Amino acid sequence: MTDITKLTVYEQLNGLKKKDFTAVELTIAYAKKMDEGRKYNAYITECVDQAIDQAKDSDYRYANGTNRALEGIPLGIKDLFCTKNIRTTAASHILDNFIPPYESTVTQHLLDDGAVFLGKLNLDEFAMGGSNETSYFGPAINPWSKDKDLVPGGSSGGSAAAVAAHMCSAATGTDTGGSIREPAAFCGLTGIKPTYGRCSRYGIVAFASSLDQAGPIAQDVRDCALLLQSMSGFDAKDSTSVDIAVPDYTGFLNGDIKGLTIGLPKEYRPEGLNPEIAAYWDKATEYLKARGANVKEISLPHTKYALATYYVLAPAEASSNLARYDGIRYGFRAQGDGHLDDLYINTRTQGFGAEVRRRIMIGTYVLSAGYYDAYYLKAQKMRRLIHDDFMKAFKECDVILTPTSPITAFPIGDESMLSDPINMYLNDVFTVSVNLAGLPAMSLPIGLSENGLPFGMQLIGKPFDEGTIFNVAAKLEADAKFERK
Amino acid sequence: MAIDNETVRRIAFLSRLKIENDKIEATKDEFNKILAWIEELNEVNTDNVEPLISVNDIALHLREDEVTEGNQPQAVLENAPAAEYGYFAVPKVVE
Repeated sequence: MTDITKLTVYEQLNGLKKKDFTAVELTIAYAKKMDEGRKYNAYITECVDQAIDQAKDSDYRYANGTNRALEGIPLGIKDLFCTKNIRTTAASHILDNFIPPYESTVTQHLLDDGAVFLGKLNLDEFAMGGSNETSYFGPAINPWSKDKDLVPGGSSGGSAAAVAAHMCSAATGTDTGGSIREPAAFCGLTGIKPTYGRCSRYGIVAFASSLDQAGPIAQDVRDCALLLQSMSGFDAKDSTSVDIAVPDYTGFLNGDIKGLTIGLPKEYRPEGLNPEIAAYWDKATEYLKARGANVKEISLPHTKYALATYYVLAPAEASSNLARYDGIRYGFRAQGDGHLDDLYINTRTQGFGAEVRRRIMIGTYVLSAGYYDAYYLKAQKMRRLIHDDFMKAFKECDVILTPTSPITAFPIGDESMLSDPINMYLNDVFTVSVNLAGLPAMSLPIGLSENGLPFGMQLIGKPFDEGTIFNVAAKLEADAKFERK
Repeated sequence: MAIDNETVRRIAFLSRLKIENDKIEATKDEFNKILAWIEELNEVNTDNVEPLISVNDIALHLREDEVTEGNQPQAVLENAPAAEYGYFAVPKVVE
């Protein structure tokens, strides 16, 4: 008998409609995988009982013909999305007892479309990290690991590990500097960060509000289209949500790329770029050319400043957003020595992990009196230049193709990554510019390295043109024939 | 712009975080390394560049200033570490 957990969302929807299996059977099959996959530490909170109840409702709906777009599909939810009556921790001690009395807009959309929630997935604490190692609940493990445990990438590491190990059909993620795309690349999966404003941020624990976007991590391009369709849309509860129509994403999958121009930014091929990645990049370019696309070298001249810009803006916004965790209204509270400031200080010092404390302090510094202009304002100006580079480039091309990450998954506890935070930050070199410019971008697997680990390619689109990304990605996926876990 | 131990203490207090005395020096060094890395932005002249605050060039959506989901004191206080008489409870701050 086929393992129904290995089917894609699309295939499962067909199977459910044809009554090959029921939603309850599907949910139970995943619950078994969750049991077997505990070693991956992908889930922070499991809610299988509730999921089975949801699945029963889905089966009822299939029986009476009121089934919805994602009816009965078991998903994992990054533990950064508030889920009503289900603990939501942001992988932080400071929120480890927080049970939201409300639902995030994105997860509400998924529920409204009939999705089943299996549980809440591991991540870097407050989504700050690129390896899932800053989680208060310990690192998630990459299912591609062989002799040594490897990181699944981050911050949506639990999401990628769970999808790769078939512990959920697909998962939600969030992406502030690459947190959907990097873990998708490290785990041989497909993930898309849509245009800023496409998905509501309401009910997502805030990290850097001008950069945060939700998106799916899934097994293939079509599943990403199905998930993003449900997650997207205007929401009055998020003032940055954009009120424009969401097109039918799956409609782009059968498109033609003849005559499209693919931009290759020369700054993304520095000397010393991993030769295996460079070779896959060339191969991907050839695939697209063979289908009639034009290829053009473009320039994004301020690329080398993107990381430093990001590591001013993101901590600045984080320090402001995380000021709310004071131990008064919700979350963990430490004992104070009588003075209210002591209560705040003890709560925050014990409640936040080292990386979060580091970023709060960097952010506080760059926003402090006397330094605001030199750092924060300067970075906002740099952000304009980086944004304008893309807008200029998109006058010459329709979509941009780059690698997702300069490396493959690395071992947990890697000394060079942990000894110097900047080394970890450098992994985001190909992904952060996209967040600074607010653009949509997808990572999809292109092949394996010599040591058997997945590489991802990134497709960057014009604002609100996720459709062209889906079109090109579908072709690249068909040609690359990547074998998933 | 290198920072000194005093600045580290000040930033920690502004952040309402505590750094143990024996960690101040290491924290200062780490911060200076990160700040030195950020200094590379000064290579670019941005005198006539408008800061980018929001990528989507739209006016923020406004709504009527009215209660939408009110009258839920129970839900609001549910997650409070300490609550009494329908209020959040904090240590005594006024003698």
